[in-house]
Amino acid sequence: MAALSPIAAERAAAAVTSVPRGARGGMRGRRRARLNLFRYVTFALFGAFFLMPLWAMVRFSLEGSRLGTWSVAAWSQIASYPGLLGAIEITLELAVLTSGVMLLLLLPTMIWVRLRVRRFTRALEFLCLLPLTIPAIVLVVGLSPIYNRIERFNVSALMLFWAYVILALPYAYRALAAGLNSIDVTTLAEAARSLGAGWGTVMARVIAPNMWQAILNALLLTVALVLGEFTIAYNLTYTNLQVALYAISRNTENAGVLFSASAASLLFAFALLMIISIVGRRRRGRA
Amino acid sequence: MNTTEQSRAGVEVRMEGLRRSYGPVVALDGVDLTVKPGELVALLGPSGCGKTTTLRLLAGLEDADAGSITVGGKDITHLPASRRDMGMVFQAYSLFPHMTVRQNVAFGLRLRRIARQRRDQRAMEMLQLVDLTAQADRYPHQLSGGQQQRVALARALAIEPQVLLLDEPLSALDAKVRAQLRDQIRRIQLEVGITTLFVTHDQEEALAIADRVGVMRDGRIEQLASPTEVYSRPSTPFVAEFVGLTNRLAGTVADGTVTVRGRALPLVDPATRPGPAIALVRPEAVTLAREAGSGPLTGTVIASTFLGATSRVTVDLGDTTILAQIPTADAVAHPAGSRVTLTIRPDPVLVAQDPPA
Ligand SMILES: Nc1ncnc2c1ncn2[C@@H]1O[C@H](COP(=O)(O)OP(=O)(O)OP(=O)(O)O)[C@@H](O)[C@H]1O
Ligand SMILES: [Mg+2]
Repeated sequence: MAALSPIAAERAAAAVTSVPRGARGGMRGRRRARLNLFRYVTFALFGAFFLMPLWAMVRFSLEGSRLGTWSVAAWSQIASYPGLLGAIEITLELAVLTSGVMLLLLLPTMIWVRLRVRRFTRALEFLCLLPLTIPAIVLVVGLSPIYNRIERFNVSALMLFWAYVILALPYAYRALAAGLNSIDVTTLAEAARSLGAGWGTVMARVIAPNMWQAILNALLLTVALVLGEFTIAYNLTYTNLQVALYAISRNTENAGVLFSASAASLLFAFALLMIISIVGRRRRGRA
Repeated sequence: MNTTEQSRAGVEVRMEGLRRSYGPVVALDGVDLTVKPGELVALLGPSGCGKTTTLRLLAGLEDADAGSITVGGKDITHLPASRRDMGMVFQAYSLFPHMTVRQNVAFGLRLRRIARQRRDQRAMEMLQLVDLTAQADRYPHQLSGGQQQRVALARALAIEPQVLLLDEPLSALDAKVRAQLRDQIRRIQLEVGITTLFVTHDQEEALAIADRVGVMRDGRIEQLASPTEVYSRPSTPFVAEFVGLTNRLAGTVADGTVTVRGRALPLVDPATRPGPAIALVRPEAVTLAREAGSGPLTGTVIASTFLGATSRVTVDLGDTTILAQIPTADAVAHPAGSRVTLTIRPDPVLVAQDPPA
């Protein structure tokens, strides 16, 4: 029966540790209520601060021909406005391409450095954070000769993804590093290897699945960055969403479309954020 | 087929001249160790003596600077960890957090492309072995520490490894669960008949579980022998002091005996150099009686520690104190403050000497 006894011992221990709940003192209750009120007030104030401009933007995009009336004309024009739909499409494609390449490059590299060559951690971090310290306009100066050269081959704006991977590197690195730090990578990898897993299996089936939240965060930051990028695309004379919006804004008649398209891209980013946080929560709930 | 009940013949593990340094730190300084088929050898030693390093070299998680490792007659010194076929249980919790208990246990089998049905069946057999079938669909974070280590053991055994490596698997657990799990590990090890290396810095654990104990110090194995021999006939003063409590008493070596406080005790090593020495006397070899006259072995009880069936009594002899481990029933007859006379049983003792000048 010796085999059964550890379970019994653990059950007994579990029973002891379940702390009785419900006894909350009046004093503490009142303090809590006041704290909660404070939280709600600050939350409301800051919420208003952030939401007012957004609301103003949405309201403007829904403005009818006369002041005070409503109309969806600006929104329905998104699809028909010359060049806009194409710009949205190219931007979404860029977002997918950039985040994919980013992940394929960065995740294995980071895991590899963590597992095999830890002494390069600092160097890798420095390298990845470097783009943060270089203004986008300086990057353009460096990039333009390269892009001028490849332009001869008549490539599409999709080629911007090279530049965007560099731009997104610091954010994705930070997000992934946080994820790597939250698990015991070394032990998990060693356990997997002693069970017969090669390095590829270790990364794909043991480490990466335990970093879902971090991977999603890195993707979100990358996508958000691509959706909002203007400087490089404009200066390299490619048309992405922001460049198209800028072109529209030069023509004040169509301000409505400008705002409806901006609101649409914002909504898209917001939806993405929601999806990521929901997926993340579901994973955490399960795991 | 029920593999868990059929006894497998273990393989021999032979390590020869293993060396490993980390920069200036010599972690292993020539380790020679042969583990017989189906044997459980415990590696015992103080922190930093190289126990974990030995195990990691064996598992292939670290490369040796020199030396060779042979398992079942096959040289595996340069084989990567993933092809060594060794089950390892780590000191830190190492279950894959995103997999259920069952998936964890089946992971190694999945890598071996074993059909799903066989895999699940085998995983459940292993969980049965460690009494955790009821927790099969839980996630690791829903288990206690002891349960997690049992799952880790099941996972290591599921791949039917040639050798089982355990690196202080119990050190994070409380004393009671620890003792139970220790016995369970031993029972399973005997049942499966697998050659096992068990690392610990707890001498009680090592003596309780092992066929042989290897006491390590500074990257070498100082003594490798059965638990009784390591305890009662330690080969060096270090082993004597590390395994169990020891009294250090000044004495003089002459004619194959050491004379301590007027009492002659036989020597473990008759070739000991004559002259002053420190005799290492086990507390169990010391007994108490009511004061009978005065002499070098008469003193005052200053403390008594209740250990259960036995008690450890500290006696002040004026110039030194001495520990005696005696049945509790006898100890109560000598409360703190009472005068007692000690007797030292003439077991062979080991002595520590200053190196010759
Ligand atoms: N990765 C490493 N880098 C540098 N030094 C190391 C490394 N691993 C171990 N060492 C050193 O090697 C020596 C032996 O370490 P090892 O982990 O084998 O000790 P141990 O006997 O397992 O100790 P413990 O009981 O504390 O686990 C120690 O001095 C340690 O500092
Ligand atoms: Mg260790």
